[in-house]
Amino acid sequence: MPLTVYVDGVPHPARPGQTVAALLLATGRTAWRSTRHGGRPRGLFCGIGVCHDCLVAVNGLPDVRACLREVCDGDRIETQDGATLPGPAGERA
Amino acid sequence: MRVLGEGVDVVVVGGGIVGAACAEALTRRGVRVLLAERGPLAGQTTARGDGRLLISDKPPGPGLTLAMASLRRWPLLLAALREELGPARAACEYERKGGLAVAVRAEEAAALRELAAAQRSAGADARELTPDEAIGREPHLTPAVRAAVHYPEDARLQPVLAATALLAAVRARGGEIRTGVHVLSVLTGADGWVVGVQTPDGPLPCGAVVNAGGPRAGTLAEAAGASLPVLPRYGTVLVTAPLPPGTVRHTVHGTVAGGPPVVVGAAPGGQVLISSGRRRAGADEALRADDLRALARCTAALFPVLAGVPVLRAYGGFHPGTPDGLPVIGEDPRHPGLWHAAGHAGAGVALAAATGELLGQLFTGEPPLVDPEPFRVARPGLGLAEEENRCP
Amino acid sequence: MTAPPRVVVVGAGPAGARAALAAARGGIRVVLVDGEPRVGGQYHRHPLAEPGSRRLHPLERSVVAQPRIEHLSRATVWALEAGPRPGSHLVHLQQGSADAAGRTQRTLVADALVLCTGAYDRVLPFPGWELPGVVTAGAARALAVGQRTAVGRRVVVSGTGPFLLPAAVSLLTAGSRVAGVYEAGKPSRWLRNLPAALRDGGPALLAELASYAGALARHRVPCRSRRAVVAAHGDGRVEAVTVARLDARWGVVPGSERVIAPVDALCVGYGFLPQLELPLAAGCLVRDGRVVVDARQATSAPGVYAAGEVTGVAGPVAAAAEGELAGLAAAADLSRACVPAREAAAAARVRAGRRFAAALEETYPIREGWRSRLTEDTLVCRCEEVTYGQLRDAVTDRGADAMRTIKLTCRVGLGACQGRICGRNAADLVAGLLGRPPADTLATDRRPLAHPVRLGDLASGPDGPPATC
Repeated sequence: MPLTVYVDGVPHPARPGQTVAALLLATGRTAWRSTRHGGRPRGLFCGIGVCHDCLVAVNGLPDVRACLREVCDGDRIETQDGATLPGPAGERA
Repeated sequence: MRVLGEGVDVVVVGGGIVGAACAEALTRRGVRVLLAERGPLAGQTTARGDGRLLISDKPPGPGLTLAMASLRRWPLLLAALREELGPARAACEYERKGGLAVAVRAEEAAALRELAAAQRSAGADARELTPDEAIGREPHLTPAVRAAVHYPEDARLQPVLAATALLAAVRARGGEIRTGVHVLSVLTGADGWVVGVQTPDGPLPCGAVVNAGGPRAGTLAEAAGASLPVLPRYGTVLVTAPLPPGTVRHTVHGTVAGGPPVVVGAAPGGQVLISSGRRRAGADEALRADDLRALARCTAALFPVLAGVPVLRAYGGFHPGTPDGLPVIGEDPRHPGLWHAAGHAGAGVALAAATGELLGQLFTGEPPLVDPEPFRVARPGLGLAEEENRCP
Repeated sequence: MTAPPRVVVVGAGPAGARAALAAARGGIRVVLVDGEPRVGGQYHRHPLAEPGSRRLHPLERSVVAQPRIEHLSRATVWALEAGPRPGSHLVHLQQGSADAAGRTQRTLVADALVLCTGAYDRVLPFPGWELPGVVTAGAARALAVGQRTAVGRRVVVSGTGPFLLPAAVSLLTAGSRVAGVYEAGKPSRWLRNLPAALRDGGPALLAELASYAGALARHRVPCRSRRAVVAAHGDGRVEAVTVARLDARWGVVPGSERVIAPVDALCVGYGFLPQLELPLAAGCLVRDGRVVVDARQATSAPGVYAAGEVTGVAGPVAAAAEGELAGLAAAADLSRACVPAREAAAAARVRAGRRFAAALEETYPIREGWRSRLTEDTLVCRCEEVTYGQLRDAVTDRGADAMRTIKLTCRVGLGACQGRICGRNAADLVAGLLGRPPADTLATDRRPLAHPVRLGDLASGPDGPPATC
């Protein structure tokens, strides 16, 4: 069963078990975060949860490692600019 | 003070914030100083502090008086360092962001107002706020807040930067700084006066010793034959992921539902530092999950938005505690030439500016910036009176 | 104590899975904790499941079939603490979707701990390494094998070590073109002692490496040694790289620089860094960046064993042998029984693995010339965006001479990764600046909080040791 997730509001098909990073790369993005000092773009780096470079907001909760997080149907994935606070609709596990 | 032909006037033992402040104050007065640090500079208690300069957590008394003097002294000291060293080498992230003490429960609110009133009569700037005013100043604060007091003088700085800036001034004035030097004991001459310190590599001659060994100050005092009840106490700090500027604006000090008091404040990098107002006695330095959980619980109650924020780091460190909670600053009457600047109980960074200045003033016989009596070695609060009588 | 003893194994790669199986077969209850959804770790990464398919790796099948093993998947151990009995530990963990809020908090009592936390790619900084599209070799492989996704269409691979080859091959499998594999070292050093390599590495491993080399040759991928990517270029992402020849110290041979363009990804790996948080939290002795273990995989901390890449990198076969030995030793020590024959067999394989690890390190050393490629504004710390110039000023202008104070002076290693990526590099750079290693090289590895925990989850956790242990 293909899933649907929303990347900055745009629906995308996704596979069960797919990581957010793999999905974002498949949509043609290499960067989905900007640094808080230099505003530099960042995306995947270590791929196994060590470097924290690939942070992204999922369902209003920022600082989620895209390389580790598997998508769920209906997930709202948003790029993260600098440091951000959890949104009002903070998700649960 | 005795001036020796060889060696230096003073060996300062300890390269933390207090030792650095003493060395700075002494060299500013033309005293020849050698600072000896066993490990790396500013690498122990100073590197594990939260850098808060607070009066909000001090009850009226000599501790508050010293804190007020120190908080007023810090900006002057830093301005002088900037003048002397240039802005880059003197920078230490000093920020007078103000403190906010808050209470949620009725009895804690009453205690807070009472404390503020007492602090005000001691000359502190402690302004009561309505809950709305508090939330206006600190928008993410829990709406359950019942009482709040604003302390405009509370500030913060980066302790390692502050210590290295003070030490840069010491170097610039010809003072010597040596790391990897373990001072084993204090050497005395036939007349009982200090003539040097002993190290594994031999003696370092000097006319006086300043014991600024932090949690280890008691060990050096003991080795010098002048025991000092400075005992290590353990404190824990949590550090969050970087958050947007303004998430936590003040250094917020609060107690929630009978839990331990927590101190919550942002560093310039955006990370929020959370530390406990309560410390564990003893030499056990293992981090305990229960301590971290208690800090997290109180913080999430004070700032509900922080519940969703990742904690990235936890660290702990030893602070030097004394039986009466006050530091020891001054010459040891049992041991002429041995001075102490120790026992700051986790407020070493806040109190360093006044401690260094007071020690420098006492050393050269200038009028002191605060009454030195409550901090002297022979005060009753340290329980050493008997020994003092024995060895006048 | 009436409850039967329990071993907690952290990490379900080849070492951890084998440790769990060995301990369970010894009659001990085992909890196997791992962050991934499946058993296998980084080596046996599972391809993204096709709809309906649920094929199990043999290692995973054995774990699932073993009733004495409780496998906690998607679980991370964030702290260790001394337990109620000598040698026991409290294991604080959280379980749930990665970095979600509201993950389940649990505390286990472990009568013995087997730490198989593995290792991750080391990347040496160079100008442009922070550009999107520059990834670790491990990231490229994990993405290709686990997610069937290519990190780029035209990719360059660079670094040192035999792991560059499977990473490059995984890229080919995922459909990338590999524009070149540049090995900074001189792998022909292997040939000097091929019989020893065969004996210690095992013929299977060498055959595997040969098959990678064959695959790269078939795809006409240029593979060059004594060369490396020394800079990456691009506007907002990597678009080109500079490759240069290196001298024996890894300094750039003047005039040898050549730009390769266009590329849309660069994969870099300079060996591995063991994941040391939990061993350090448990008080294990660490030397040269690796956990020190005895002939039975016991660390210096009572009740704590370590196996796999935390003790040195020698491939999955050696890791599995270490895991088995650790599991046997933990079970034997807890039940006061003895299984000498199996221990001895595993120990022989472990010794071979250790010789192989030493040979690997000797063949692929990191030479200090990499430091010369850093310019004033090359980032050393990616998270806090600390440049080489700022790091140098902390040492030379501020007189900071220990990693702990250097961190606080220039913010290197204070960011989200907590120095996992930059700590070792920063310590090496500082050693170059000071003319001696800093006193506390382990300061950047010491992270009592081994994983981030959301503050609200920390607040919700159970206090004290669990009632039933």
